[in-house]
Amino acid sequence: MTDATIDRAPPTQAEETETPVHAIVERRTSPWRAPIAFAFMGAALIATGMFQSPAVALTILNMSLVSALMAMGLNLQWGYAGLFNAGVMGFAALGGVSVVIVSHPPVMEAWSVGGRGLGLSLLIVLAIVATIVFLRSATRGRLRSFLIFATVVAGYFALRPVFGGAVGAIESVDPARTGFIGGLGLPVVFSWLAGGVVAAAVAWIIGKVALGLRTDYLAIATLGISEIVVFVLKNEDWLARGVKNVTGLPRPVPYEIELQQEAWFADLVERVYAGPLAAISDPAARESAKSQFITEFSGYFVDIAYAGLFTIVLLIILALCVRALNSPWGRMMRAIRDNEEAAAAMGKDVTRRHLQTFILGSAIIGIAGAMMTTLDGQFTPGTYNPLRFTFLIWVMVIVGGSGNNLGAVLGGFLIWFTWVQAEPAGSFIVAQITANMDPTTDLYQHLQDIAAPFRLFVMGFVLLVFLRFSPKGILPEKVRHS
Amino acid sequence: MFPETVDILNALVLMTNFVFVPALAYGSQLALGALGVTLVFGILRFANFSHGDLMAFGTTMVILGTWALQANGINAGPLPTALIAFVPAIIVTAIAAIVIDRTVFTFYRKRRSAPVVLVIASVGVMFMLSAIVRFIMGTDDRRFTDGERFLISARDFREMTGLDEGLAIQTTQALTVVVAIVTVTILFIFLRRSRTGKAMRAYSDNEDLALLSGINPDRVVLITWIIAATLATIAGALYGLDKGFRPFTYLQLLLPIFAAAIVGGIGQPIGAVVGGYIVAFSEVMLTYAYKRFLGHLLPENLAPDGLVQLLGTDYKFAVSFIILVVVLLIRPTGIFRGAVIK
Repeated sequence: MTDATIDRAPPTQAEETETPVHAIVERRTSPWRAPIAFAFMGAALIATGMFQSPAVALTILNMSLVSALMAMGLNLQWGYAGLFNAGVMGFAALGGVSVVIVSHPPVMEAWSVGGRGLGLSLLIVLAIVATIVFLRSATRGRLRSFLIFATVVAGYFALRPVFGGAVGAIESVDPARTGFIGGLGLPVVFSWLAGGVVAAAVAWIIGKVALGLRTDYLAIATLGISEIVVFVLKNEDWLARGVKNVTGLPRPVPYEIELQQEAWFADLVERVYAGPLAAISDPAARESAKSQFITEFSGYFVDIAYAGLFTIVLLIILALCVRALNSPWGRMMRAIRDNEEAAAAMGKDVTRRHLQTFILGSAIIGIAGAMMTTLDGQFTPGTYNPLRFTFLIWVMVIVGGSGNNLGAVLGGFLIWFTWVQAEPAGSFIVAQITANMDPTTDLYQHLQDIAAPFRLFVMGFVLLVFLRFSPKGILPEKVRHS
Repeated sequence: MFPETVDILNALVLMTNFVFVPALAYGSQLALGALGVTLVFGILRFANFSHGDLMAFGTTMVILGTWALQANGINAGPLPTALIAFVPAIIVTAIAAIVIDRTVFTFYRKRRSAPVVLVIASVGVMFMLSAIVRFIMGTDDRRFTDGERFLISARDFREMTGLDEGLAIQTTQALTVVVAIVTVTILFIFLRRSRTGKAMRAYSDNEDLALLSGINPDRVVLITWIIAATLATIAGALYGLDKGFRPFTYLQLLLPIFAAAIVGGIGQPIGAVVGGYIVAFSEVMLTYAYKRFLGHLLPENLAPDGLVQLLGTDYKFAVSFIILVVVLLIRPTGIFRGAVIK
């Protein structure tokens, strides 16, 4: 942050009270703040379950867990290291496509018609990369630039017919149902790990290119690269069907239909719904009520099972992040963030540490992206947009408290809850305004449409208010003075 | 063996029709957008993520103005009515930009916060502006162009010249280029010649020196926002006239605009203009299918079978970022040695 003040005027006495986002917290915050905030969040979810429906509350809970994980990944980059990653969407989408690659059964026919071509294309790409690596070390100056350029152009024209042929063959295999290579057919939980690995690998490439740049450039570069990632996923139909979507992905939890057949599940339902069932005296009515409860509870059970799995992942990563932040490594990261020059003068390799944090944070976002696709049961590249997948995660980190892992988790819950509930709230406000209006007028019709963008308005407002009046967030970063 | 003159002419007309004219119009829109981004960066020293939605807001005002004029039976003859609506729309958008600056950005500027804080604040503004635009316009497609559709239609051109290929120039495309040239010329004369323009350039080059010379920073900031809002309204409305208005396209447009500003050298007005055209021409040329073009020039037995397209049309937006990444790697200051964003 200090670079910013270098190319501007030195602050005068009155201006030295500046509090950047990562200011050192002098004033102690109450140790009860986090428990109270989380209790409040839990109460809000329970109230949703009671007043709207348990299904809505469980859906919000699951997406909140995923969002919390994404926020933690971004917090690692922004809160620990001050890296402005505006490409959260791209890493989430990479996690999503990993689910398809790992868990979808392979489409053998596609492999048999296009496998050879794909393999050959891969070899050509590797040859191009190897040549460039060789040229970078063996030549220099203008000759090097020219040779690298020539290699890329020649490689492009060599690759184009081979790859195009393979893609054409693959995409014409039963295009209405498959038309892509499918995946490995492994259990879906592996794909969460794979999502992390794929995102980390891409983050390594991006980091190598863009991390030398400072904040604003990095933001623009990552924003652009994430758009490219989503464009590729939308258009490379051979890989994951593009905008035709891959549906019916396998689940890590049982299906509702299967549950409804199980005897132990019926017993469980009897125990959970003991009260309502006992109140019905007529045995026939009780049986029909029971079968209804079984259907209803099977849906909840699936959601709860997801929530359980997600919570386990969240707690493991949270524990790792907290340990990392409190270790000497975390202290070094904060030192680099607060004063790069001083840290570099102390012998810390700033660029390497930045790259490391960028990769780790992106891996967490990739894992969360894979979990989200698993929860949806389908991969839909058309639904990724930067407002929802990048900037909303930013609001979570800023509001929750950048630099504080629990803050990121809280931000994930609170902002996702607000994001979901803002739409019904908007509808409610519109309903109040239009209560006495003539429903045939154009204005009435128009007002019905504004409920949906209301959530964008709320998010912008929340972000601006927090940035101005509470820039350290709800749970500020804890700084211990020795 | 060599192509005949008429074939060469046909090939040239084809390229003009499908590459040169569309890219020139699109490039003018990008150039105007990139000028706004680059001015805000030069004077206020942050990358304004809300510029795309400021363009959408300005366009919304132009559309409302157009509707009001049409309702009163006023039109601009063969030109789109929107041209008259520019003036009130620019005033409203400029006021909006100043209100946003006073309520959001001034606070951080006075405290000399890090630029990245201003970037995050601009993300908040982006959210709110995009919501307001959707409140007013809904999310549907809106076409608001009227008047003559074509300056030259393909059929007239064919009849006039006797060539196989037609050349169509839409009124909005011609209008875009003319308005862009006029706007950029006025802006450059303003920046070069007027006292205020010189003050702005001085402030952009060296803030401290400018302050010591008695330049009023508040006035510079105010003028910057007025110019940025004007450019945003014109760029957004021209894009909307050309391609139809949809609120979400303006967020997508932000990306090529940033690319244009950085390619040209951020903080350099001339760079923004050149960058806009570079990005637009690369996008169109890399995604154009050259099959027919080569068909005219090559002898029949050599005519290509495929589309001869370097990149799928879907990758249009990706092109600007490939350019961006290449520039970041090779020459981060851009063509005209702009500031490196730190």
